[in-house]
Amino acid sequence: MRYFTEDHEWIEVDGQIGTVGITDYAQGQLGDIVFVDVPADGRSLGKGDEAAVVESVKAASDVYSPVSGTVLEGNTALADQPDLVNSDAEGEGWFFRLTLSDEAELESLMDEAAYEAFVAKL
Amino acid sequence: MTDLATETQLNVEDAPEGVDEPQILPLDGWHRARGGRMVPFAGYLMPVQYEGIMAEHLWTRESAGLFDVSHMGQLVFTAEAGVDAVARALEAMLPGDIGGLGEGRMRYSLLLNEEGGILDDLMVTRRANATGEDEIYMVVNGATKYDDIGYLLDVLPEDVTMNLQDEQALLALQGPKAVDALARLVPGVEALVFMTAGSFSWNGHALWISRSGYTGEDGFEISVPAEAAAALADALYAEPEVKPIGLGARDSLRLEAGLPLYGHDLDPETTPVMADLGFAVSKRRRDAADFAGAGRILAEREAGAAVRRVGLLVSGRQPVREGASVVAEDGAVIGRVTSGGFAPTLGAAIAMAYVPADLAAPGTGVRLVQRGKVHEATVAAMPFVPHRYVRASATKGA
Repeated sequence: MRYFTEDHEWIEVDGQIGTVGITDYAQGQLGDIVFVDVPADGRSLGKGDEAAVVESVKAASDVYSPVSGTVLEGNTALADQPDLVNSDAEGEGWFFRLTLSDEAELESLMDEAAYEAFVAKL
Repeated sequence: MTDLATETQLNVEDAPEGVDEPQILPLDGWHRARGGRMVPFAGYLMPVQYEGIMAEHLWTRESAGLFDVSHMGQLVFTAEAGVDAVARALEAMLPGDIGGLGEGRMRYSLLLNEEGGILDDLMVTRRANATGEDEIYMVVNGATKYDDIGYLLDVLPEDVTMNLQDEQALLALQGPKAVDALARLVPGVEALVFMTAGSFSWNGHALWISRSGYTGEDGFEISVPAEAAAALADALYAEPEVKPIGLGARDSLRLEAGLPLYGHDLDPETTPVMADLGFAVSKRRRDAADFAGAGRILAEREAGAAVRRVGLLVSGRQPVREGASVVAEDGAVIGRVTSGGFAPTLGAAIAMAYVPADLAAPGTGVRLVQRGKVHEATVAAMPFVPHRYVRASATKGA
């Protein structure tokens, strides 16, 4: 099941494990992505905490954790290929995986249809 | 996800006083029809990008990019007593040899306040007008043009007339193939060399074209009547070498070329010597010491300025942008980054900064802090990417 935030992060949840990235809409707004700083393994994140930084040619942006949890791994491929976020934002361009500490937090997020409707109004 | 630091040059803060809504330029519809993403800049709506900054940047370096720079101020100065009187009057505020300019020759210069601080950087050209009289044509930054005009009205003698040519648009065609594309439409431009200019005609419209630009590449700047600007842009766009380029790539191209951006790398607190623009202070003017701020500027030339504008190569790929600090070993702030970003041609992060003079030599390691994170950087000679101007002594493409 995939959930979305109003800040344009997505989280794909499989059991207790979530994979987080930014949406295709977000990468389109940012433009050419040249650097991604992903969180360290084992880092504890609260819902809404600054988890990663993404830099495009024109701007730097914070990426927030959609839910609380402990970081399992960052996407090491982004160090050499940050443009994976442009080419496959909601797939190979994922930012980090974490173990969820409170699955109930997912209820406050949008599903894909709700996110599409949200973006359509922007 | 939220923006932490958008390039401040793309913000509305530079809008001229009394102007709330961004103004519309002659090519507004042209940009929108070609997918330009319009943003407020210098009081105008301008295209920040079309297909993407990276692609547009690289296209300009290898082919030809078409830029709309109609927000810039085009000023014409005349005097009853002739062009020499105009040049003498301007030289009070400009440290360059304006009087020594030949017809169709241009020079990069600086508008100085009485303390030698930089109010603007600009291009000044001597040219013959339609009646055969010589005049001075000046192109100033869009964000500062109204302040420049106010200052010049105050300090110029009454017999000098200044005219803002707001009925003229300004296009730039930049890149190694710019000459091929433009010469097909306007035969004869290929005979110009870097920093020369002349009158041309296209479809019955008078054009003023200079071989100059803000990318480090060969290229041209074209002053065209506003009513003909869209047709000329269409004709250039129809050439296979040409794509439209937005402000985003204009900024990354000029940064790689080591060219300062007014309001960021230059401001009234900086002098030509601090800004490493000593070449803009001509020898005759140094000897005469007769320009605004000459005492301070010439003393700085002798003794060296306390701080200097330098280029920086930043370790790692993360851009370090305007506003980051240069810090000493003990963490004390000793300088500031005034421009910075990712250099598409180099695949690396680069910046311009003001640092203490003892750290200004190429190869010196410096430490930067941005949002609490430390970045190592090395002072680098500029330009970061070699200029490819076509000079008088060079053959085509050299």
